[in-house]
Amino acid sequence: MIIVASPAPHPDPLPGGEKGYWTACVFIVAVLLCTCLTACAQRTDSHTLTFWTFGREGEAITQLMPQFEREHPGIHVVLQQLPLSAAHQKLLTAFAGDSLPDMTQLPNTWLPEFVALDALAPLQARVAHSPVIQPGDYFATIWSVNVFDGKLYGVPWYVDTRLLFYRSDLLKAAGFNAPPRDWAQWRRMLAALSHPERGVYGILLPTNEYDQLTSLALEEPDPLLRDGGRYGNFESAGFKRALSFYVDTFQLHEAPPITNIEAGNPWEEFGRGTYAFYFSGPWNIGEFRKRLPPSEEADWNTAPLPGPDGPGASEAGGSSLVIFRTSTQKDASWMLIEYLSRPAVQQRFYDLLGDMPPRRSAWNLGKLRSDPKAQAFREQLERLKPTPSVPEWEQIVNEMQLVAAQAVAGHLTIDQAAAEIDHRADRILEKRRWMLDHTHSPSAAL
Amino acid sequence: MNSQRAAWWFLAPAVIVLCVFFLVPVIAACGLSLTDLDLYALADIHNLRFVAFDNYWALLHRPLFWAALWHTVYFVAAGVPLSMAVSLCAALLLHSPLVRCKPFFRTALFAPVVTTVVAMAVVWRYLFNTKYGLVNDALGVLGIHPIDWLGDPHWAMPTIILFAVWKNFGYNMVILLAGLQAIPAELYEAARIDGASAWRQFQHVTLPMLTPTLLMVGILTVSGYFQLFAEPYVITEGGPLESTVSVLYLMYDEGFKWWNIGSASAIAFLLFVIMFIVTTCMLRITRETDA
Repeated sequence: MIIVASPAPHPDPLPGGEKGYWTACVFIVAVLLCTCLTACAQRTDSHTLTFWTFGREGEAITQLMPQFEREHPGIHVVLQQLPLSAAHQKLLTAFAGDSLPDMTQLPNTWLPEFVALDALAPLQARVAHSPVIQPGDYFATIWSVNVFDGKLYGVPWYVDTRLLFYRSDLLKAAGFNAPPRDWAQWRRMLAALSHPERGVYGILLPTNEYDQLTSLALEEPDPLLRDGGRYGNFESAGFKRALSFYVDTFQLHEAPPITNIEAGNPWEEFGRGTYAFYFSGPWNIGEFRKRLPPSEEADWNTAPLPGPDGPGASEAGGSSLVIFRTSTQKDASWMLIEYLSRPAVQQRFYDLLGDMPPRRSAWNLGKLRSDPKAQAFREQLERLKPTPSVPEWEQIVNEMQLVAAQAVAGHLTIDQAAAEIDHRADRILEKRRWMLDHTHSPSAAL
Repeated sequence: MNSQRAAWWFLAPAVIVLCVFFLVPVIAACGLSLTDLDLYALADIHNLRFVAFDNYWALLHRPLFWAALWHTVYFVAAGVPLSMAVSLCAALLLHSPLVRCKPFFRTALFAPVVTTVVAMAVVWRYLFNTKYGLVNDALGVLGIHPIDWLGDPHWAMPTIILFAVWKNFGYNMVILLAGLQAIPAELYEAARIDGASAWRQFQHVTLPMLTPTLLMVGILTVSGYFQLFAEPYVITEGGPLESTVSVLYLMYDEGFKWWNIGSASAIAFLLFVIMFIVTTCMLRITRETDA
């Protein structure tokens, strides 16, 4: 090699040297091709079904798989667990890189995004011929969030909504025999149960979680976006009322202005009586049972979300099962969806995890029927309201919470905050407006 | 001519790697920053618009961008001198002939550099918890009221700075230690014979001899600290009240969380320009001190 680099005595570079380069180049290309081919070959195995699951569901579902594979010996399911915090990003990257799995669980709020990307296979025809999946058995709102322009893109897997966990013993000691039905009652209880000088508060509302304010806002009649999802509607009277109620709770020192990072272990704090109310979702029934001693089981309960005037609606959360358009295993994927949608399997899933089934018939079985702490959810599930189904919603609701946190800190008034949220939402929706006006119709409509 | 050609052949692998993995992406990113590439464009390329400098214009009108820039500058301006001072003190202590068990201390002080940020961040979150944290317990013994380290927008950044300094000072310490060991012992001997005190020796022998190393360490630290991301990402998630959002954090949110690749590319370019200017100024200072 040194001979080639130094002023060469030969008129031409060594022919062998040049040949060596080409050999090397061909070798490298060959190696790259081989890696690619093996990688690609792995994906086209005719009986393998790839299923992406997130977080806790991913752990629990492994126990439901053996029965499915016994019933369908020809199908091998590869479960790949993603951490929930990275799932959204990984799904989008997989879409961009054309390496999506056959099917996945998809949180309701992400559905519009993937429908807009045209990444999901329509399922209407399959449902029509399915003996297992009967749309009428599902809670109506949860079913409807999977329908876009009359086409069905997902089958609800579990539902998730926000309501109140409360310390019945503390409420009773303060003279309240039942949980609140409306905001006025709730406010009175919060006031009676808060003693900020002792570090005791009525409720914990982490200022970096948007679900609580979203749920309050959904209880108001005004929609959160207007003109077919073209503009924010946060300056509506309804949203301002919800925001005022939320912000007042902090200003009256009925909730500490902290984030969930500082809140640390809310379960123990709830058990200790630091908070009398906790505004959260169904998985916490299991968490509280696991973390609080059985002797305290009778001291807490769940209640439907109080509304502005009487029991209100709450957020229609949860996840659906979807099949990607690019999948080569659509029939096998559908069999798995049907299996997971059986009331008996959903009931087992609830036993494993506490995730609530979206089918009414599953609620008539086993523990779900008898568990007193689940009954508030059963009631709430009939009164759900979806969040606006635009792909930008997650970003808008994040901005909403950031502005709301500034209002909580006293940097903005309610009117200023509402105007600021609208301003930010309108900026985020700019592309959507352009798309709607230029008939590149995004399939997700409000 | 032939030898020149041969030289190019030798350079080719490096040049190709540099082009494929650096130059092409940079040019592509520059191009992207002039478009509004987002989810919709990913679904259908007809939804891509050429927006010229709109992304930059919008950024300059976004209060959060200026806030993020301010947070980053604050972090660099406070963190770099502090980090270098701690590194220098640690290096001087380790270099002192009086210290016993040098290998042990060297390893102990270097340990934070090789631990993972995420694990350490979790520990720090416990240490700095307002109610149960050891730090506030210790302050309580001194009679100081508990400080809301991670929840108060005024204290969150100083906490992040402390964490970053603690995490990174070992690396610079090792480089400075090597610099100290390269200073000839005769210089100190001569200074001692002239009757110079320890402080004067430090001022007139150690510092001047260490200046090139210090400047090099300074430039590396500044460019590293401008890319503040992991610390707020794992400790505060940008909060409270967005008080720990750095420029890179903003870029990550825009690009990878919300998939606004166009505007994220614009942020990346602005950060690149700022870092380029700052480090160029520092290099010029180096050259002037050399001259």
